[in-house]
Amino acid sequence: MALLEVRELTVSYPSRAGAVPAVRGVDLTLDAGGTLGLAGESGCGKSTMAAAVLRLLPQGTRTSGSVLLEGEDVLTMRPGRLRAVRWTEAAIVFQGAMHALNPVRRVGDQIAEAIRLHDKVTDRQAATRVGELLEQVGLPARRAPSYPHELSGGQRQRVMIAMALACSPRLLIADEPTTALDVMVQAQVLTLLEELRRELGLALLLITHDLSVLAANCERIAVMYAGRIVEQGPAARVFEAPAHPYTKALAEAFPTIGDRASRRNPHGLGGDPPDPRELPGGCEFHPRCAVSIAACPTLDVELWPAGDGRRAACVHVRDGNLDLVRQATPVPVGEDAPAQREMAP
Amino acid sequence: MTQPTVEQPVEALPPSLPPQLSPRAIARARRRQAAGRAWREYRRSWEGMIGLGILVVFVAVAVFVPLFIPASELDVTKATGTPFSPPSAEFPLGTDESGRSVLALTLWGARVSLLVGFLATVISVGIGSVVGIVAGHFGRWTDSALMRVTDWFLVIPFLPLAIVLATVLGPSLANIAFVIGITSWPGTARIVRAQALAVTSRPYIERARALGAGDWHLISRHILPNVVPLIFANTVLIVAVAILSETTLAFLGLGDPLRVSWGSMLDAAFTHGAASIGAWWYLVPPGVCILLVVLAFTMVGQALEAVLNPRLRGR
Amino acid sequence: MATAASRSFTLTIGQRRLGAKLIGAVLSLAFVLVFNFFLFRVLPGDPAKNLTRNRLVPAEQVQVLRASFGLDKPLPQQFATYVCDTLSGDLGISYKFRRPVSEVIAERIWPTVLLLGLSTLLSTAIGLWVGIRGAWQRGSVFDRLSLGASLALYAMPEFWLGILLLIAFGVGVGSFPGMFPTGGMSSPDTDMTSWAGVVDVARHLFLPCLTLTLAYIAEYALVMRSSLLDELGEEYLTTARAKGLRDALVLRRHAVPNALLPTTTLIFLNLGFVVSGAITIETVYSWPGLGLLSYEALRTPDYPLLEGVFLLFSAAVILANVLADLLYAYLDPRVRAG
Repeated sequence: MALLEVRELTVSYPSRAGAVPAVRGVDLTLDAGGTLGLAGESGCGKSTMAAAVLRLLPQGTRTSGSVLLEGEDVLTMRPGRLRAVRWTEAAIVFQGAMHALNPVRRVGDQIAEAIRLHDKVTDRQAATRVGELLEQVGLPARRAPSYPHELSGGQRQRVMIAMALACSPRLLIADEPTTALDVMVQAQVLTLLEELRRELGLALLLITHDLSVLAANCERIAVMYAGRIVEQGPAARVFEAPAHPYTKALAEAFPTIGDRASRRNPHGLGGDPPDPRELPGGCEFHPRCAVSIAACPTLDVELWPAGDGRRAACVHVRDGNLDLVRQATPVPVGEDAPAQREMAP
Repeated sequence: MTQPTVEQPVEALPPSLPPQLSPRAIARARRRQAAGRAWREYRRSWEGMIGLGILVVFVAVAVFVPLFIPASELDVTKATGTPFSPPSAEFPLGTDESGRSVLALTLWGARVSLLVGFLATVISVGIGSVVGIVAGHFGRWTDSALMRVTDWFLVIPFLPLAIVLATVLGPSLANIAFVIGITSWPGTARIVRAQALAVTSRPYIERARALGAGDWHLISRHILPNVVPLIFANTVLIVAVAILSETTLAFLGLGDPLRVSWGSMLDAAFTHGAASIGAWWYLVPPGVCILLVVLAFTMVGQALEAVLNPRLRGR
Repeated sequence: MATAASRSFTLTIGQRRLGAKLIGAVLSLAFVLVFNFFLFRVLPGDPAKNLTRNRLVPAEQVQVLRASFGLDKPLPQQFATYVCDTLSGDLGISYKFRRPVSEVIAERIWPTVLLLGLSTLLSTAIGLWVGIRGAWQRGSVFDRLSLGASLALYAMPEFWLGILLLIAFGVGVGSFPGMFPTGGMSSPDTDMTSWAGVVDVARHLFLPCLTLTLAYIAEYALVMRSSLLDELGEEYLTTARAKGLRDALVLRRHAVPNALLPTTTLIFLNLGFVVSGAITIETVYSWPGLGLLSYEALRTPDYPLLEGVFLLFSAAVILANVLADLLYAYLDPRVRAG
């Protein structure tokens, strides 16, 4: 049985104009001790997905489908059971830990609060455990009485990780753990996560817009666009030979270290992510796609197998024309996608 | 996590404009468009519309009352009713201690209350804006000095200060308006200063200065347009406070003895024992009018703030 | 890294800021003195004439009076004398009562403290509760009703509310008899130190206290609600929920304490308005405190008394502001560290 199994998850936010879908029919699996990366631009729904795993969405959001954590559906759990499950089975590390920590309480107290919520411990025992957790993430135990504003960005992120480990969860969800950190600190945090994963046998769901980070740290990657998974598969394959045009664009958006040419010519993706209230028909990516064809705006996309354990939601994959995707010249930054080409369907 | 955000598209200019236009005309056209958009947004708030409606009614009453209720009704020597008589057919709101119609007094009282309120607001916002702009734009010593003065006025309790000033200056419409204005400008000054500071530090101001723009040009062309919408919303709320202040000062006997205002009605009613007699018809109407007018201004002010600061919408 | 040495250094920055605020407070107070002097001595003219108004007093006696006021001395010297006198507690002689102003004020100060203290306590406690509940259940019937009521209470003059309550419960409407006394602080011939006396004072206190409490609930409720709504959008609350904390505890342990920070200082800063309310309400109910004293003073007009009361009110509010700053610095660790 997989540790985390998401089936047909749909999340919509209420708005004046009706329900706005943020996540539309997503399926995911993560085994115990495995790593899954979730990639996509801002607003594609990946943070919503992360929150949905622990049912942390704001009031008024509507969800359907199921999120099975160790076989139990989080979405239909009774509130008491949900609170017990939170943090003990799965914990979440948010981005921008400045605002994710209570600014007027000491970090040690905040970690201790997590411990005390799920375990009857004395003050002394809690303090010891807090010290252990801090050491585990590479912070000295005497930092426990500090306030969040007294710590640097990287230190705060470590505190968040220490707090997440407080109840020995089996799944750690890291929502953009490296955004807003400089490159050196990014590397430290990622190394830390990998070490912890190995030591504690954690499963890791890593969410970020930086595909290269995922390629280096995860076994498998899933790419999201406009609330849907558009490609998933083994990390290395997805990164080196993307089967979906969007993944290809994402992969090429980051210059490769060591490759001078890629630095001088960043391949961006023209256009903007679609407005969830007014999604394009068919394949939502077609307005920005370099290889879209006439059929794309009306096509019913699903995840078709693309070989090597990958699946992608692109018509070319369905038709076995993977090389079209591979050869597509990405659109330079600042231009819109060329008009749809007439191609043999 | 963030909800999906949508950016407002930049509207194109109305197609009816000829293509070659002076920059000033373009700026004016844009401003008119912005005003139109703001009005449409304002219309969506039902509290704002109700408030506006109430205000229109009261202002209309204040302006047109001499047409249907002659001023002679306020003359104590010409009063015809029995003092303190309850509402009747002849006097729909009863009579006061001299036999005058309370209805006439209330409607005429609107003129003074609203007038003093507006006058005081003009003074208050005028001083506040000037101080705020000067402090925010020129900064450093000017700013510190002006802020010290502003802080003093903010700290000192309003009513004791107003009482002290009004007692020394003497009771008259102008004096009361002056006293209220002079004690309430700091609020506006702070808001305007914050905005002026923000605008002055923007890069295009530096560029304009490099091109030779003087302070007056900067203030009138750049700072003022950015500050005016803010002042406008703030002003509406200040009128409400000014009217309440006038009422309080008049109730304490510091108002103009020759004019009838809602506050002076309450003063007269109270000192002549309307409370012990139970003459509610004398005490209720002026209070209800104040309540409605202040409510209306507050609702309008809040609706305006919501239009100008989208973050506040939906509160 | 905040080592022990840098910790003490940051404390000094905080202390320095507090020092600046104290100096500011002293400056404000000094300016009140200057203001008073200018307004009362320089503007309205001759205090001697005022004192002897409506009395037939020979001219030389008026002169002697003027000399005793020091009015024949140059202005700067008058000011110096004025400041020394004030700092030593001599606030002049009241025209109306013909006694030292400080004496008159001292007699009337406790009724005001009682009235203001009690109503501030009640309006704060109830107002905060209403605000918290309104923010937590935003959009509910309770929220909408309390918002409407707060708005209405804010929009009406507090003394009008006082008069209406006086009629309703003091005088009686129609056949409904008045339950409470209509004025004053105690019935004549009651020994205020006896138990019956205390009850008597309480009965007299009820209506003015009720009026002031209602008048200020609105302010606290609205600020608390707004402050809490701001706080409810913060991410750390999601973290708290994610840890498994019950919603009610998320509110109580995290959101409310943080939202209370600006509200606590507001309570102190609001003292200026509370004082203003006291003046009008004491007038309505003839409650023998400083507010009624101000009213009596302005009717005469009794300039020395007005001056003294104004000075006292200003000093109280300035002090309250300093306390508010101290309190905020103590409560918010971000401010403490500078």
